[in-house]
Amino acid sequence: MTEIDRRTLLRHAGAGLIAASGAALAPFAARAGEAVTLPFGNGERPLVAYPGKRPLLQMTARPPQLETPFAVFDEGVITPNDAFFVRYHLADIPTVIDPEAFRLTVSGHIDGPLNLTLADLKAMPANEIVAVNQCSGNSRGFVEPRVAGGQLANGAMGNARWTGVPIKAVLDRAGVKAGAVQVVFEGLDGPVVAETPDFAKALGIDHARDGEVMLAWAMNGQDLPWLNGYPLRLVVPGFYGTYWVKHLNAITVTDKPYEGFWMKSAYRIPDNSCACVEPGQAPKATVPINRFTIRSFLTNLADGAAIPAGRTALRGIAFDGGSGIRAVAISSDDGRSWSEASLGPDLGRYSFRPWTLSVDLPAGTHALRVRATGNDGATQPMEPRWNPPGYMRNVVETVRVRAA
Amino acid sequence: MTVRPLAAVLAAGLLASLPAAAVPLSYDLPEPTAQLRPAPGHEAGLAAAEANCQSCHSVDYIAMQPPGKGADFWISEVTKMRKVYHAPMSEADGKAIADYLVAAY
Repeated sequence: MTEIDRRTLLRHAGAGLIAASGAALAPFAARAGEAVTLPFGNGERPLVAYPGKRPLLQMTARPPQLETPFAVFDEGVITPNDAFFVRYHLADIPTVIDPEAFRLTVSGHIDGPLNLTLADLKAMPANEIVAVNQCSGNSRGFVEPRVAGGQLANGAMGNARWTGVPIKAVLDRAGVKAGAVQVVFEGLDGPVVAETPDFAKALGIDHARDGEVMLAWAMNGQDLPWLNGYPLRLVVPGFYGTYWVKHLNAITVTDKPYEGFWMKSAYRIPDNSCACVEPGQAPKATVPINRFTIRSFLTNLADGAAIPAGRTALRGIAFDGGSGIRAVAISSDDGRSWSEASLGPDLGRYSFRPWTLSVDLPAGTHALRVRATGNDGATQPMEPRWNPPGYMRNVVETVRVRAA
Repeated sequence: MTVRPLAAVLAAGLLASLPAAAVPLSYDLPEPTAQLRPAPGHEAGLAAAEANCQSCHSVDYIAMQPPGKGADFWISEVTKMRKVYHAPMSEADGKAIADYLVAAY
C-alpha cells in the first residue's frame, strides 16, 4: 500500500465513513470504521466511542488518551464536545463525582483558606472565552527522528467556548499575601502507585491573576465532558494543555517556586528562541513549556486526495499563543509562490481563525502548503524543528493532492 | 454528556444513607483490550511485562512507540518507569522486560 493510499484511508476513517475503500486497500479496509492507521510506524489506532464521545482515535485505554479525527476540524471553527481530544497522565481517574459534595480548596500563602462549592463559583461574575487547547505533544508521531511519548497525529487540539470564573476573582476572594510567587493546581486524578509523582502544575502569580486564566465549568454551553475535566478545569488561554488541569479541586498559592516533578523535570523545552536542538542532541538548559507556537492547517483536503482539476476551494484554520492571526498564506507549488488567504470571523485572539482561498489546480500533482503569521510577527518554519520530547511542532504543513 | 446517576447502579439502601440533594454521577470507562506481543525466547520477559506494566497503564502505551528503536530506547523507558514513576519492580524484572521489549517492538 502506498503512503498516499494509507493517508486517504485515514481521511475516510477519520470522517467516520465505513464505506468500502477499494480492493487495493483491503488489508486496511477490513478495519475501516473500527481502526485508523496514522501515517507513521505503529500508527494503528482503534476508533472507540467512550460515553459522551463520538468514535475517537484511541491512543491508550488506561488512562484514556483519545485523539480527534482530523476531519472534525473541517466541520467548524468550534470543536464539538463529543469530539474533543482527551489526555490523562495517571490512571487513577475519578469515575464517581458528586457535584453537590464537590469542593474546590484554596490554600497556602493567602489570608485564609477557602472551600468553595460549584454553586459558590457559579454565583460569581462569569467570564467566557474562546480558546484553543492543544497538547504539548500534538503531532509527535511526525517528529523525525522519532521520540518516545504519546504518538499523536494532528488531532490533539480543539477550540471551545469556555465559561467560568477568572482565577483572579477567586484569588482576590482568598486574599493573596505579599510575597506570593506561584499558584499550584491539582485535580482529582492521581497515580495508581502512591510513590508516582501526582500531577500538579504551577503558574506565576501574575499570570494566574491576569484576568484570563479561568476556572471553567462549561464548554460550548454544556457541563464539561467527564473526560475533559468535569466538573471544573483550568483554562490557560494560549498555553499548552498540560497546564489546563482537569477535575480541578485544589489551588495552592506559594511563596516560592513549586518544584514538583511535572514542572521541574517533565514538560521542559530547550531554553532558546526556537525551543529546539540538533536532532539527537540534549539541550544545555531547559525551561517549562509555555505558549503555543503558531500553526495553520488545511482542513478540507486530506493528504493524498484525488480531486477534479480546476478552480478549487481551500479552507482551514490557524492559531497561535494569543497574539492573534494576522495573515495566512497558501502555496500550491510547494512553497515557491504564496497567495494570501481571506480570514474568516474572529472569535478572539486565542481561537482557531478560519481561512479560505480559491486556487487553480491544473491536472497533475500539487503540494499545498499553508503558513500563518501572527500579530506578533511570528511565523512557521519551512523545516521542522526538533527537541527531545517532541513538543511544539509547528512546521509549515504540506498536503499533496492529485488533480485530474 | 453521557453520565448517569449513580443511583442506577447503587443499592437503594446505600442511596438512602446519602443526603437527599446528593446525586453522585458516575462514568463507565471501557476496559483496555490491547495485549502484549509475544517474542520467541523472551517468555520470561513477556511474563514480567504482563505482571508489572499493566498495574499502572494499558499496554497500548508500548505498542504505539516508534518501531525498532532498539536497546537504548527501551532500557531508558523501563528505567524511567522504575526510577521516576517508582514502578515497584525488581531490577532483574526491569532488565528482562527491557530485553523483551527490544525483541518484540
